[in-house]
Amino acid sequence: MTGTAEGTNSFETVIRFEDVTKSFPGPEGRHVVLDRVNFGVPRGKITVIAGGSGQGKSVTLKLVLGLMRPDSGRILVDGQDVTRLRGDGLRRLRTRFGVLFQGAALFDSLTVFENVALPLQERLRLSRAEIQDRVMTTLDQLELRGHENKFPAQLSGGMKKRVGLARALQLDPEIVLFDEPTTGLDPVMTSEIYDLFVRTQDRIGYTAVIVSHDIPKIFELADQIVLLNKGELDVFDDPREIRNSSKPFIREFAEKTMAGCPQNKEGAGKQ
Amino acid sequence: MNGHSYTPSVVPKLLRPVVMLGNHALYLLFDLGRMGVYLFSALAGIFRRPFRYRELVKQLHFIGTGSAAVIFFTALSSGMVLGLQGYYSLHKFGAEGMLGSAVSLTLIMELGPILTALMVTGRAGSAMCAEIGIMRISEQIDALECMAVDPFRYLVSPKFLATLISVPLLTVMFDVVGIFGGYLAGVKLMGVNSGAFFNGMQQSVTNHDITLGIIKSFVFALLLVWICSGRGYFVQSIRGAGFGAESVSRVTTQAVVVSSISILIFDYLLTAILL
Amino acid sequence: MKNYFVDATVGIFLITGFVALGWLALQLGEVPWVSNAGTYQLRAEFDNISGVKSGADVQVAGVKVGSVTKLELSDDFYAMVTMKLDRKIQVPVDSIASVKSQGIIGDKFIQITLGGDEEIFSDDGVITDTESAVDLESLISKFAFGQVK
Repeated sequence: MTGTAEGTNSFETVIRFEDVTKSFPGPEGRHVVLDRVNFGVPRGKITVIAGGSGQGKSVTLKLVLGLMRPDSGRILVDGQDVTRLRGDGLRRLRTRFGVLFQGAALFDSLTVFENVALPLQERLRLSRAEIQDRVMTTLDQLELRGHENKFPAQLSGGMKKRVGLARALQLDPEIVLFDEPTTGLDPVMTSEIYDLFVRTQDRIGYTAVIVSHDIPKIFELADQIVLLNKGELDVFDDPREIRNSSKPFIREFAEKTMAGCPQNKEGAGKQ
Repeated sequence: MNGHSYTPSVVPKLLRPVVMLGNHALYLLFDLGRMGVYLFSALAGIFRRPFRYRELVKQLHFIGTGSAAVIFFTALSSGMVLGLQGYYSLHKFGAEGMLGSAVSLTLIMELGPILTALMVTGRAGSAMCAEIGIMRISEQIDALECMAVDPFRYLVSPKFLATLISVPLLTVMFDVVGIFGGYLAGVKLMGVNSGAFFNGMQQSVTNHDITLGIIKSFVFALLLVWICSGRGYFVQSIRGAGFGAESVSRVTTQAVVVSSISILIFDYLLTAILL
Repeated sequence: MKNYFVDATVGIFLITGFVALGWLALQLGEVPWVSNAGTYQLRAEFDNISGVKSGADVQVAGVKVGSVTKLELSDDFYAMVTMKLDRKIQVPVDSIASVKSQGIIGDKFIQITLGGDEEIFSDDGVITDTESAVDLESLISKFAFGQVK
């Protein structure tokens, strides 16, 4: 794992969508969420997937993880076609990912400690002491010490997200997927969470894919922005490009949502 | 295929019922198919390593020990009712000597397996369905899969194993307590000869009857854990269930009803085939 | 501590369950390797065994000494009853097996009237000297319609 967060020349793509189409049966025939979509996620960078609700943001994450299969097209992770993987192959692929789910998806019946320890217990052969050690280190880093014996129901929304992040980072993932990481959080908590992303990403150098509709904040730290609208998709390397887009709906989207967006992205991670 | 029904508006009005019928039939087939795959995966998960011993104990505690009190009182009261009812019916023919055999056969072959399975469905099956359903909608099952942890081995199979162990044991406990209840009502209350009661019981009950009762309880256990946990597992893609918390409550009700009815239907089938 | 409590209650649950199963099997059913020890098999050929069920008693002088294990039709269309008897009961070869019933509508059972011969039946011997079930209905109808000779 290399810290390529600063590097600008390495444009190697980790995840590649090729002609991906995905639709769902709806009340009026099939509802197309992704229509022959192409894009890549560069290694070691932060990619943001944005769009209105119901535009298939979470679907893209589920497609990458093989939790859903596309109607057609290929999804390559390091050249390996996810859509063709089954069973063990899929399991091996998933170990390279860390996922922070929308509601954190902590296991209700387990304590904070047990939640974070779960991937270690299930995936690696470690002694009790080693697990204790690694879990407590992560909890320390995410300022969760003292809460390890609480159950998820006793935690605030922001704390749940941090525990979710701690669990997602346990197995040193190469790629971390964030599904709506700030939904339901207050502005202070939101910037804290983003701060956390930047710090952990700086340290570990993982590739981050963030799905969010929380536009102004998220654009500060994005290296690449993917906008989803009505099955179509546009890729931007800089938030400023969005305002100058030739497509009217994107300009409209930008004006509505980017009122508070800074003109440069140097402020990322600073408060 | 997904949990939504739809009729394309291009279909002429006259043909729509036909299209809808076909659509529903296909959905039913699809649903049965995925439940079949689910059953297979859950049973296969029992044999996959590492075995979750602690989870099995926890589930045995919840499904088995937790249901013991309910089973005890249900068994005692139905046994006593059987004793009284049997006494009044048999007394007319002067055949009180048959009471032991009537009570024990009814309990061992019918009431024991059926009532135990229905009680466990109501108590543990509904809880199982709701628990797995909530884990599904809050993406906890997806999270397991993303950590490359098999949700069957981790979550579903321990429930299967615990139910398959608990229900037959609860059933034999039901039988014994029920017979004791019948003995209390018939012998202690109504004054039937105690020797006649036990002698009649020993003569009429054969190994075959006991085996039939146990086979029934195994089949019912499998049905209830399969339907209840499976409905919870597929909560997001069940037609007409809706979304979110509402879908979990609807699917739980549906699961309890469907598994109770299947238990009753299979009771008839098993009796007809095995008797 | 809490964990031990759970384990203990589960343990008690399992033990209770198996004890209940054991009681059912031993009291009501026949466990072959327990109840077959000390028994031997004897067969009897009847014209008619209507009313006798598998599991019915076999009695000598009103005392239960065994039970019926199998009922089948023999090659020459007699009813063949297989019984298992206590090893202590030695049945002379001139004994008679008959179908009796406890009261008019009571259960049918097999009564063996022991003979006086020196020679006794060995395992799987066949009693041919038998009295079949009394056909109550035909007796009554004979009486009622006056066909008694």
